Amino acid sequence: MYVHERDVSFMDNEQPIVDFSAIHDALGKNFEPVQVIDGQAKVVKPEIVAKYTNDQLVEFLKLMIWERTLHQRSNALTRQGRLGFYAPTEGQEASEMGSNSAMKSTDVLMPAYRDIPQLIQHGLPVYKAFLWSRGHVLGNEYPEDLHAMPPQIIIGAQYVQAAGVALGIKKNKTADKVAYTYTGDGGTSQGDFYEGMNFAGAFQAPAVFIVQNNGYAISVPRRKQTNARTLAQKAVAAGIPSIQVDGMDFLAVHEVTKAARDYAIAGNGPVMIETLTYRFGPHTNAGDDPKRYRTKDEEQPWFDNDPLIRYRKYLTEQGAWSQAQEDEYVEQVKADIKAAVKQADDAPKQKITEFLSNVFEEQPQNIQQQITAYQAKESK
Amino acid sequence: MSKKTYIQAITDALRLELGSDDRTLLFGEDVGKNGGVFRATDGLQAEFGEDRVFDTPLAESGIGGLSIGLALEGFRPIPEIQFLGFIFETLDSIAGQMSRERFRMGGTRHMPITIRSPYGGGTHTPEMHADSLEGYLAQIPGLRVVTPSNPYDAKGLLIASIRNNDPVFFLENLKLYRSMKADIPDEAYTVPLDKAAVVREGTDISLIAYSAQVNQSLKVAEKLAKEGISAEVIDLRTLSPLDEETILKSVEKTGRAVAIQEAQRQAGIAANVASLIAEKGALYLSAPVGRVYAPDTVYPFGLAEDDWLPAEDEIEAKTREILTY
Repeated sequence: MYVHERDVSFMDNEQPIVDFSAIHDALGKNFEPVQVIDGQAKVVKPEIVAKYTNDQLVEFLKLMIWERTLHQRSNALTRQGRLGFYAPTEGQEASEMGSNSAMKSTDVLMPAYRDIPQLIQHGLPVYKAFLWSRGHVLGNEYPEDLHAMPPQIIIGAQYVQAAGVALGIKKNKTADKVAYTYTGDGGTSQGDFYEGMNFAGAFQAPAVFIVQNNGYAISVPRRKQTNARTLAQKAVAAGIPSIQVDGMDFLAVHEVTKAARDYAIAGNGPVMIETLTYRFGPHTNAGDDPKRYRTKDEEQPWFDNDPLIRYRKYLTEQGAWSQAQEDEYVEQVKADIKAAVKQADDAPKQKITEFLSNVFEEQPQNIQQQITAYQAKESK
Repeated sequence: MSKKTYIQAITDALRLELGSDDRTLLFGEDVGKNGGVFRATDGLQAEFGEDRVFDTPLAESGIGGLSIGLALEGFRPIPEIQFLGFIFETLDSIAGQMSRERFRMGGTRHMPITIRSPYGGGTHTPEMHADSLEGYLAQIPGLRVVTPSNPYDAKGLLIASIRNNDPVFFLENLKLYRSMKADIPDEAYTVPLDKAAVVREGTDISLIAYSAQVNQSLKVAEKLAKEGISAEVIDLRTLSPLDEETILKSVEKTGRAVAIQEAQRQAGIAANVASLIAEKGALYLSAPVGRVYAPDTVYPFGLAEDDWLPAEDEIEAKTREILTY
């Protein structure tokens, strides 16, 4: 009895061998978002801005205006029934164009379905993007020199594939080339997300993993996806450096992505980037209504934080941009999109025989029989 | 010619293809230094180096995705899934991704991937190590499902699979790995994909089987021959897509058929064979198509294995039933 009581008092006075609360608090503290120009168009990191001429910054702004215009037209075309599946990109222009513009056309892009603007900037003609949306295979017929895969529908699948592309780049000893891929905040809960990062890390392969944290996986908010304070910290366990960046700040995203690419091509292995952004619209145009799961009070500060506002304001103050220039550019983009719609409309009707011909290189009996059967139908 | 076991024939094929095409890559769990848990890749890392033959982290979906990415960069991946029961973890990479890419991209990209995996019961493995899951795989458009029943076909079909420009799922029978030996050529040769083999000619009934069940069917055919019954035995070799011509030609000749599989009855390969005969060869028949299969339960690993697996006497009984219908 005496021995037992002594043991209890010993336990009471002793610090626990490990302070789990402190460990939990410490996780995620290393991820302060990088910012270059803030929401009020105030320059936070002048040394970064100084690296660019105003003409270069105008080109960056134009990329965002292009994406916004593409979004507006796509939205309208979807409502008119002239596009099929469309995932709105409004609000994510700095995150998408900022990162994509730091890459080279020889890099391999593994996009998800909200990454159509990056895919187009990487070389996919707009009319093909529209054909993909409509479910026409011509939209996925890529020339050899378009280094990309079609938009991935299965959340996270592109991450494991990007690890494979990156390993292939390493095995081919191709210099100055990376695999880069995107997913959203919800995607970081998927097993393939971890497996992709872990494989690329284990093989020290040149991959850049980008997470666009736009706040929602359809209706489920970021805070319900994980108890992790940041998504960036999820890369730490794979031994991969990662960073959070203000996803409404083009230059911040661009510079961070460029640094990540430089790190990867130097042979250091992969990097993960979390961009903090916001999906202004619904998940897709197939009936999602954000009013069901978020409030005006929550949305408004993000709308005020529109990535176009701060760069438009900054460059206007610099005398490098004007409303007239913007109006002229928007008209030009709209005209290009109109021509692309026309080109998409001209695509020939798809044939079942062509589908059958593209299942295997060498046709087995079932395919041969079905080609013959459908040829008879299609020639009627 | 050399005498080789089924698994040695597989190693032989892998060695020849790694040697003749430097775009081939062999990878998976424990395939490197350890040479695979069954030694199918024994000595290959030492011979071809860690760049060509390498271990991956332990994640099947990662292995599948890695294969797709490597194929995009111009390689010919030969991944191993350690046991067929582990494919559920990577079904998306197989069914949702690699088998669709040629179709999805209008023929502008292709996936020359050969996934190897051991399967089949009767060797007292743990749970999820012996299941016959070929029925799941056979439903996937754009994927060939191949399984050899002997050392000669093991080598020739594997080389043909690796050289094919589309994804092939290559199933290796665990029980046959070391229980079969045959003289096979030392040089590389191919056995055509999509082509069944008539392994024993006969005129009274067609026994249509694959993998280990071919050998059981041959034994039944031999036994019946002593009674003057002439059974033809067909080895499907490629389970999907099926070689319809060879099956129908045989049934036209014999007028009776038994389709045999180790897997459970529901939605299996034998069902595909039976429905093919019903659809295109019903008028050849003098009796219903018989089927031999395992019961529709989960695979009972361990003690009850041999009671559960379709045995030779079940094939014999079903064959006699259809013969005398």
